[in-house]
Amino acid sequence: MRIVKIIALVLLVAFVGIQFVPTERNQNKSVPATDFMLVNDIPKNIENKLKTSCYDCHSNNTQYPWYNKIQPAAWFLEDHITEGKSELNFSEWDLLSNRRKASKLRSIIKQIESGEMPLNSYTLIHKDVEFSEEDKITIIQWMTQLKTNL
Amino acid sequence: MKNLKVTTAILAIAFIGFTAMSCKDSKKEVSNDEMHSEMNHDNSDGHHDGEEKEMAMSDDQNGSSENILKDYFNLKDALVADDESKGKELGAVLVKSLGNLDVSKYTDDQKSELNDIIVDATEHAEHISESPMEHQREHFKILSKDVTDMVAITGTENTLYEQFCPMYDKGSAWLSMSKDVKNPYYGSKMLTCGKVQKEIN
Repeated sequence: MRIVKIIALVLLVAFVGIQFVPTERNQNKSVPATDFMLVNDIPKNIENKLKTSCYDCHSNNTQYPWYNKIQPAAWFLEDHITEGKSELNFSEWDLLSNRRKASKLRSIIKQIESGEMPLNSYTLIHKDVEFSEEDKITIIQWMTQLKTNL
Repeated sequence: MKNLKVTTAILAIAFIGFTAMSCKDSKKEVSNDEMHSEMNHDNSDGHHDGEEKEMAMSDDQNGSSENILKDYFNLKDALVADDESKGKELGAVLVKSLGNLDVSKYTDDQKSELNDIIVDATEHAEHISESPMEHQREHFKILSKDVTDMVAITGTENTLYEQFCPMYDKGSAWLSMSKDVKNPYYGSKMLTCGKVQKEIN
């Protein structure tokens, strides 16, 4: 019994302790002129879908959920955002050449098609970020068009 | 008395806990430093390597587009053979040879085009180096386009054959040194699907 108490205490103290470790926040006041939404003529419904489901990890602006205030959840998020932005950053879209845009669009289409993105761990907690089959078709069609017109 | 004991225990644990935390932090810093120095080390090593190779290879093979082609064909053969681990390995090799391409002898327009191709191709080669076979093949398709566009600028000593399989992903092309069709997108499943659509050189 005693040992259980001690372990519980240690865990509690560690949990409280890690709350003081700061994380970097991925937020910017202004949207750069290179943003995907600014350089493309994008229908409002698709824009909203992408902003809700992709922009948290693939842009310079994250809408943080409540659990970002709690460690170790914040670390987990920070990792995902860093990795997400290194693969694709919608805020810096127009810095890419047409060749690179075509490559990125191909990956976007493939990963939405296969359900690889948005990540399962993300859609599990945030039901609103999940794409319905209908959403998928609309977005993929539009992205394919964009790719052809590059 | 019991209360006192419990309080002391809590304080002790809290103290240990915080000490452990700060230890972890300082360790983190140390390992960061180590990483930096390792990276520097790597860099200097790379530099060194480059120098050695330059000396050893006076005919300037290092940094030539032929090196990229050689590694591309090796990768293609791994895909033809359905060899996933070899594909990963050769994807990483290709990342290196792509990074070594020397663009100094080209015009400014060609330079920027080549650099663009290299950045794109490198990303696909990186993905190939860490993905299962199915993904390797998806990326190989775009990689093939990049390499084909590169050859259009750099030229090559050998005769190459652009081959085309109408079935894979709405039609996909690749390059080969031989006229015989061996399909890297299907491997043994459909080895001879495709045809030569263009001869280069």
